[in-house]
Amino acid sequence: MSYSESRILLNNQRESTVSRFRAWVLLAVPLAAILFQAYVPLFFPFLHVVEVPLLVVIYFAIMRRSQMSGLFIGCFVGLAQDSLSTNPLGMFGIADTLVGYFAASVGLRLDVDHPFMRLLLSSFFFIVHRFFYWVILRAMLGKMMAFDVQTTLVLALLNGVVGLSLFHFLDKLRETA
Amino acid sequence: MESLLNRFRHITVLLLVICAQLVLLAVQVKNDQDVRFIRIWTISAVTPVARFVEALRGGSAGFLHNYVTLHDTNAENRRLKDEVGRLKLENIFLKNELNTADRAKALQIFQSATPSKTLAANVIANSPGSDSKVVTINRGSLSGIERGMAVVTPDGIVGKVTAAYPTAAMVQLVTDPEFAAGVVSQKNQVRGTLKGQGTPMCKVDYVAMEEKVDPGEEFFTSGDDRVFPRGFPVGVVRTVRNVAGTNFKEILVDPIGVQHGVEDVLVILHGVHQDVPEAVPQNQPVYLTQPPPATTGPASGTDAPPKPAPGPGTEADKIRSVYKSIGEVENHTFGEGAPGTKPPDFNIKLPSTTPLAPGAAGSGTGDRSTQPPKPPTTTQAPAPGAKPPDAVRRANQAAGAPGGTAKQ
Repeated sequence: MSYSESRILLNNQRESTVSRFRAWVLLAVPLAAILFQAYVPLFFPFLHVVEVPLLVVIYFAIMRRSQMSGLFIGCFVGLAQDSLSTNPLGMFGIADTLVGYFAASVGLRLDVDHPFMRLLLSSFFFIVHRFFYWVILRAMLGKMMAFDVQTTLVLALLNGVVGLSLFHFLDKLRETA
Repeated sequence: MESLLNRFRHITVLLLVICAQLVLLAVQVKNDQDVRFIRIWTISAVTPVARFVEALRGGSAGFLHNYVTLHDTNAENRRLKDEVGRLKLENIFLKNELNTADRAKALQIFQSATPSKTLAANVIANSPGSDSKVVTINRGSLSGIERGMAVVTPDGIVGKVTAAYPTAAMVQLVTDPEFAAGVVSQKNQVRGTLKGQGTPMCKVDYVAMEEKVDPGEEFFTSGDDRVFPRGFPVGVVRTVRNVAGTNFKEILVDPIGVQHGVEDVLVILHGVHQDVPEAVPQNQPVYLTQPPPATTGPASGTDAPPKPAPGPGTEADKIRSVYKSIGEVENHTFGEGAPGTKPPDFNIKLPSTTPLAPGAAGSGTGDRSTQPPKPPTTTQAPAPGAKPPDAVRRANQAAGAPGGTAKQ
């Protein structure tokens, strides 16, 4: 059992390790996630429930352990999602920015290499993302959509599982010290 | 400050990014009234500040203007009072101009309507003197005005010219004590002499006690004085009194020609007599419906001639109907008998005659049956109320009988 597998909470800031990625990874992975979200559901409609861009934002935010990095990644990914959708620019941008910021904030205190923690964080921030999006939708567009908690929980668990696999794949792209 | 920013650097950047995206969203999204959120937010954010700034500015300016800088209030008050006074004078002047225009228009209409040849003139001066009622007009002998000409207005007579100068003339008003004119009353045609008294009221003199003059009656010029043509209004009778010890009534008349001041007048260059207008009857005519049809009862005699239908008419009509019945009974046609032929017997007793008025011919009494018929129009006594004494008096008065007493 490795160190990260035995403990979930870090004792202090110094126990956390900052993962580093190459620049092309920071650029290509979110782009690939956005393209996946935009085109793959056209051929496999059941995959539209998987929020791959959100999972990528969560991953980079918690792994880089930087709030600034997390919010900017969330902002760019969200705006890119908006630009490819029919939503006004900023809907996903605001939600992803908040998710990136808070994910990075949480990642500073948690052992983000633990699979359970990754599953939990992915599911939790999926719910947070859905909630922010629902609030913005009601406040800005005036759309009275119901917040379906049960469906959201199921999707959160599903995205958590997908995120667990995705995070494991993205770990291969980290720079080794 | 720098340490504060460093401490909350992350959250500050987060808020900035979120705000930037909210602005971006507000630029795109519109509300129900198709107004962008960015505009609503901007106006909502700016309006309270602008309202506060405007209230601050207005309050400061009002405070300065109303409580601090009062140094010119008295001067402005004086200026406004002067302006109000000037506007009042201007208003009075304009009203006078309007009245002058109205009088000139009325004068022009009257001048075109009256048959007399007249000349318009304006009063330019009053003669001095406490009881002198003489005015000066702006027309004189160069305009054809001569001494003795009448001066009138559309309302009534004003006076007469007592002196004519080349460019002006003196007019003696009807209220002057020296003024006199012949007048006649409208209703009863009572003649008299109008005299001024030096007061606003004039009196009509030489009206006998037995004459009938009522208050409210109007007097007109009679034309007897050879100054005023007949038919011009003079005034309205205010009081009529019988003064003991004198032979004449005391009649006070309100001269309507000078009642509202004299400014624009007409001088009669060549007078034409007119009729005195008839008095308006006090009682308006009453509509009377047709009489009911005669009832067809049993006839008194089979051979009886048709009874003349009693209908409304004068005594002469009743006598005519009786004579017509007599002519039908005797088969006589009036107007066809040659001289010397037997006239119809007017003394026969008709089966049913209409009662005639007292004195009417053909009454059918036994004592008078042998008397020859008399012309009904010359010998009959006047029926009561058929010809009132006033009418006789008026006729005699018109014929020149003194005092207007009835001629028997």
